[in-house]
Amino acid sequence: MTHGILIHEPDDDVGVAVADLAAGTEIGAVTLEGQPVATVRLVDAVPLGHKVAMRDIPKGKDVTEYGRVIGVATKAAPKGGHVHTHCLTTKRWTS
Amino acid sequence: MITAQDLTLTGYRRPDGRFGVRNYVLIIPVDDLSNAAAEAVAHNIRGTMALPHPYGRLQFGADLELTFRTLAGQGRNPNCAAAVVIGIEPKWTDRIVQEIAKTGKPVAGFSIERSGDLKTIEAASRTAKAFVHDASEIRRQPFPVSQLTMSCKCGESDTTSGLAANPTVGRSFERLAAAGATLIFGETTEVTGAEDLVMELCETPEIAKRFKAAFDDYQALVESQGVSLVGSQPTEGNIRGGLTTIEEKALGNIQKAGRCTIVDFLEPAHEPRKPGLSFMDSSSAAAEMVTLCAAAGSVVHFFPTGQGNVIGNPVIPVIKLSANPLTVATMSEHIDVDLSAMLRIEMNLDQAADAALQMLERTINGRMTCAEVLRHNEFVLTKLYRSA
Repeated sequence: MTHGILIHEPDDDVGVAVADLAAGTEIGAVTLEGQPVATVRLVDAVPLGHKVAMRDIPKGKDVTEYGRVIGVATKAAPKGGHVHTHCLTTKRWTS
Repeated sequence: MITAQDLTLTGYRRPDGRFGVRNYVLIIPVDDLSNAAAEAVAHNIRGTMALPHPYGRLQFGADLELTFRTLAGQGRNPNCAAAVVIGIEPKWTDRIVQEIAKTGKPVAGFSIERSGDLKTIEAASRTAKAFVHDASEIRRQPFPVSQLTMSCKCGESDTTSGLAANPTVGRSFERLAAAGATLIFGETTEVTGAEDLVMELCETPEIAKRFKAAFDDYQALVESQGVSLVGSQPTEGNIRGGLTTIEEKALGNIQKAGRCTIVDFLEPAHEPRKPGLSFMDSSSAAAEMVTLCAAAGSVVHFFPTGQGNVIGNPVIPVIKLSANPLTVATMSEHIDVDLSAMLRIEMNLDQAADAALQMLERTINGRMTCAEVLRHNEFVLTKLYRSA
């Protein structure tokens, strides 16, 4: 497999690990059609199905996947970092 | 590429002209008290199936109507050849019987008061036996895909659902809709964060408005309880699989609709009024939603899963699709369609839809699904509020 990350839209902030990925490895991200988008060096281990930051995401920034906002960063995530519930939360039901 | 018109489908023609893909004689208890008698009849008579459940007493208003509609809907479902209805008292029993009778199929009601369980079981068993003999002689015949009514709902979703299994259902539904099939999806709270996209799929502003009203009702109900759905949506299983927020889950969820137009909005357990994709107001809990789909006349169900929801339904076959390589390896006995090659870019969306439609064809023509073989018969009524 030439890729380890699938990405819904090329400009998304996050991609999805399609295997358990080890920290420190250089991983290719492709679209669902197999088009290469980028490579990132993982700064965290990222389990299958979990998200990888495709760029530096500052605290407080809206995070995009599917070309849409899926929530807001509660902590900064570096490019290649694991993006999950520890650093990303919903913008709904927060009142 | 397989189009839906290419599918060769066979089923059981019912008196109302609809086609079933299974041929059950159902024993339907009206209330919790009648479960014992219904299960005794099903034990006595081969070829029958009881649908025990915990409700049907002292319900009122819309909640009672939904229970009646859901129970009658199982008997009305084209997968049901004939139905025996058993209730504690005759009036509510007869309400269910009359709704099923409108389809023209054989149905009989029995009430336990003034007879007791044992006499009721004997009489109902004799009727069920006659129904089974008749049902066993109904032959499958070809039917066009335009006569098919089916549904979808995802469960234990993860990021692979949104990447692969849900879009596969969406692409399959696009082809089925183009061939004139009748399709149902729903899960009203689970589209939170993508409700605007659902509205954009609606054929008319009126349908979008009715969908939004149901969506807002659910949100208001949650708020009225002084709570939020954080902690329930996404579920712990969703989060383990990599989903983080309801918005992310919703965007994955609605991939199941593909680029279909939503042609109608349905109240829970209402039968679709036209071909194409209808949105049915419904819970996102798997067994509740699939039970409502069966009540609405769906005869087969696509169930994409990420982490491996094992649900089935007694009345309609549930076809499981998963692209999660861990799930298809560790829970293979539950997965009918393995889509894990999609994550390796070794299977594209059109090829995946081909695989789904091929399994749909085989299932309709009689192949038992994993859930059927494993006796997953989850039958769960949706309760709108507490009983009197």
